Amino acid sequence: MAEITYLEAIREAMSEEMARDPNVFLMGEDIGAYGGAFKVTEGLLERFGASRVIDTPISEAGFVGAAAGAAHMGMRPVCELQFIDFISCAYDILTNYVATARYRAFLGCPMVVRGPSGGYVRGGPFHSQNPEAAFVHTPGLKIVYPATAEDAKGLMKAAIRDDDCVLFFEHKYLYRRIKGVMPAGDHVVPIGKARVAREGTDVSIITYAATVYKALEAAEQLAAEGVSVEVIDLRTLAPLDDEAIVSTVKKTHKVLVLHEDTRTGGIAGEITARINETCFEWLDAPVLRVTAADVPLPYAPSLEDYVLPQVADVLTAVRRLAAY
Amino acid sequence: MATKSPAAPASRGAVVLGPHANALTRAERLELYYWMRFTRSLEERLVNLYRQTKVVGGLFRSLGQEADAVGSAFALEPGDILSPLIRNLGSMLVKGATPVEILKQYMAKGDSPTRGRELNIHFGDLERGFVGQISHLGDMVPVMAGIALSFKLRREKRVVLVYVGDGATSTGAFHEGINFAAVQRVPMVVIVENNGFAYSTPTTTQTAAKSFADKGIGYGIPGVTADGNDVLATYEVTREAVNRARAGGGVTLIELMTYRRKGHAEHDNQSYVPAGLGERWAAENDPIDRYVARLTEEFGFSPKELAAMDARVQAEIDAATDEAEKSGVPGALDALTGIYADPPLEKPLWFREGVTSAVDAHERPVGWGVYDAAKGGKS
Ligand SMILES: Cc1ncc(C[n+]2csc(CCOP(=O)(O)OP(=O)(O)O)c2C)c(N)n1
Repeated sequence: MAEITYLEAIREAMSEEMARDPNVFLMGEDIGAYGGAFKVTEGLLERFGASRVIDTPISEAGFVGAAAGAAHMGMRPVCELQFIDFISCAYDILTNYVATARYRAFLGCPMVVRGPSGGYVRGGPFHSQNPEAAFVHTPGLKIVYPATAEDAKGLMKAAIRDDDCVLFFEHKYLYRRIKGVMPAGDHVVPIGKARVAREGTDVSIITYAATVYKALEAAEQLAAEGVSVEVIDLRTLAPLDDEAIVSTVKKTHKVLVLHEDTRTGGIAGEITARINETCFEWLDAPVLRVTAADVPLPYAPSLEDYVLPQVADVLTAVRRLAAY
Repeated sequence: MATKSPAAPASRGAVVLGPHANALTRAERLELYYWMRFTRSLEERLVNLYRQTKVVGGLFRSLGQEADAVGSAFALEPGDILSPLIRNLGSMLVKGATPVEILKQYMAKGDSPTRGRELNIHFGDLERGFVGQISHLGDMVPVMAGIALSFKLRREKRVVLVYVGDGATSTGAFHEGINFAAVQRVPMVVIVENNGFAYSTPTTTQTAAKSFADKGIGYGIPGVTADGNDVLATYEVTREAVNRARAGGGVTLIELMTYRRKGHAEHDNQSYVPAGLGERWAAENDPIDRYVARLTEEFGFSPKELAAMDARVQAEIDAATDEAEKSGVPGALDALTGIYADPPLEKPLWFREGVTSAVDAHERPVGWGVYDAAKGGKS
C-alpha cells in the first residue's frame, strides 16, 4: 500500500464516509471547485456533487449553526473552517447551542467541525492559532487533534460516526510533511484513546499534534544521553484518556506535559492537576510544563520561534526531570 | 443596477464628472495618478521580493483595484480615519503610510510598524488616520463604528471610512456593525469592494441580493453603486457620502464595482476563474489605463508629465527598498513586551530563563501546506 499524507488521509476518510452514508455532507468556504484553501476537499465536488459539497458564504456562525439543525434531523454534516482561527466566529453557536443540545433538549448534534490549526508556519496571529483549550473547557464537545496520518484518517471516520459534535483540529504544519500507510479495511480510531508514540522508562512526555514530533526528536537525542523517554500522543483532548495518563505516570514516575498552545488555561494545567489528584504518590518529580509563552503568536520567524516550544526546551525539561 | 458577477468588464462609456470630481485641481488630478501608480509599482516590487523569499508570509495584490482604493481614500480630510482591507494598500498610501513601512512589514523586520508581530498591510496609525485590520473579516465594521461614535459623542466633525470585500458582507460582524452604526447615525461610510470573488467564491454564491448596495435598504441607509475602476467616479461617490456623514446625515453604503485580477494571494492560480476573464478586464478596463486616457485626452496632461511621475515613483520605491532591506529581524525577547500596559513585560517561562533563542536557525518554511501555483502544484 502506498503512503499518503496526513492531509490526504483526512480527505480519504471523508470520501469513504460520504460513500458509505448518504447523510454525510460537507460545508465550508471555497471547498467545492477550489477544493479548499489547503486542498483537503479536492476532488470531492466532482465525486459527490454540489448538493453534498456546499460552498458557503463567509458566515461561520451561519453554516456551523445550520450544521446543528441538519444534524438534529439525522444528517451528518462536516464543516470546514478555512483556518481554525475563524472558529471564534462560531463560538457562540458551538458553546451555547451545540454543546448543550443533548443535555438540555435531548437533541443530538452528530456533526464535525474541522480546520487547519497551529503554528510553526509564519502565519502570524490569525492563521496559527490553537484554540482547543476554550472548547475543552466546554462540556458537551468532543475534541480530537491527530498527529499521524493513520490517526487523521481513523479519527475522522470516528468523528463522522460519533453521535455528538466533534471538533477536529488538523495541524497545518503536518498536512504534507507527515505520511503514513493506511491500515487495510474500515480503519476507525476510537475517540478518547491515547497512543504510546514511543516506549520509554525514565521520563514521560504527554503531548499531542505537532509537538509529538518535537518530543520524539528530543527523545532520540536523550536516548544517546542514556535517558529513556516515553512519548504519549493524546489524540483526543476531550474526553481525556485518564487511564493512559495514569499508566505512564506509574511507569516512569516523571512527567513533562508539552503543548503548542499557550500556558495559562492550557490543557497541560488540567493534566497536571489530574495527575496530582490521582497518582501523586507515584511521582518522583514535579510535573513540568513546556508550552507557548502567554502572548499572541507573532509573525516574524525570530519571534514565533521564541514564543513556540522547541526541541531545545523539551531537552531542558527532560534533563531537569531526569536529574531528580 | 449593479451586476453581481463580473461576467464582463463594465462599460467604459463617457463619464460625466460630478461636482466633487469637477472641483479637483490639476495637482490633485495628478496626485490621484501618482497614488495609483505607486500602489501598482510597490506591489510589483513586493512580488520581486516574494520571489526572492524575502517576504515572510503570503502576498496579496490589488492589481486592477487601485482606483477604488485611491479614489475613495482621497475623499477624506486629514483627521478622518479609515480601515483598509487586504486590497487597500492604495488607501493607506493616500493616508500617509510609507513604502518603507509596507516593505518592512512584509519582510517582518524588527523596526516594521508592528515590530514583526503582524503581517502584510495589517498595521495602523491613528495620527495619520488608518487603523490596522485583523484577518477576521467583518470585525473592523463595528470597531470603526465605535471610532465614528467617539466623533459623534465629542461633536468632532470627523468621518470614518471602512472597507469590506463582497465576501466579508456575509459575516455577522458586518451586519451587527453596520446596523449599530446606522441606528446611531454615526459619521461612517462603508465601502463594499465588489471584485467578483471572495477567494474562489463568486458573488452569486455569497449573496442572493441583486446588488450589495441593496443591502442598505435593510439597514435604513442609502446604498449606492459606482464604477470602482473609475478613480473619479469613486472619488465622487465617496466624497458625497463623506460630506453627508460629516454633516450629520449618518451612514452610507457604497458598492464599488471592480475586479480582482490576481488570485486571492500569490499562491492562488485562479483555476476557478472563467478562461479569459482576467485578461479582458486587463485589456478593456484597467483603472490606470482608463485614467491615463482621461488625463491626456480630457485634462491636458502630456505623456511626458506622466512618465516623469512614473520615474519618480520608481525612484522612491528603489530608495525605500534599499532602506527596508537594511533593517534586521526583531530581537526574540521583544515577543514578551507590550501584552498589557501594566505589566509591560511578560516573564519568560521557566525553561527559557536566560535563553534568547531555542533554535539554531530561523527557517522559512517552504510552504505551509497551501496550494502553490508557482511550483505548479502542491507545496
Ligand atoms: C471570518 C473569516 N472567515 C474566513 C476568512 C478567510 N478568508 C480570508 S480572505 C477571504 C475572502 C475574502 O473575500 P472578500 O471579502 O470578497 O475580499 P477580497 O479578497 O475579494 O478583496 C476569506 C474567506 C477570514 N479572513 N475571516
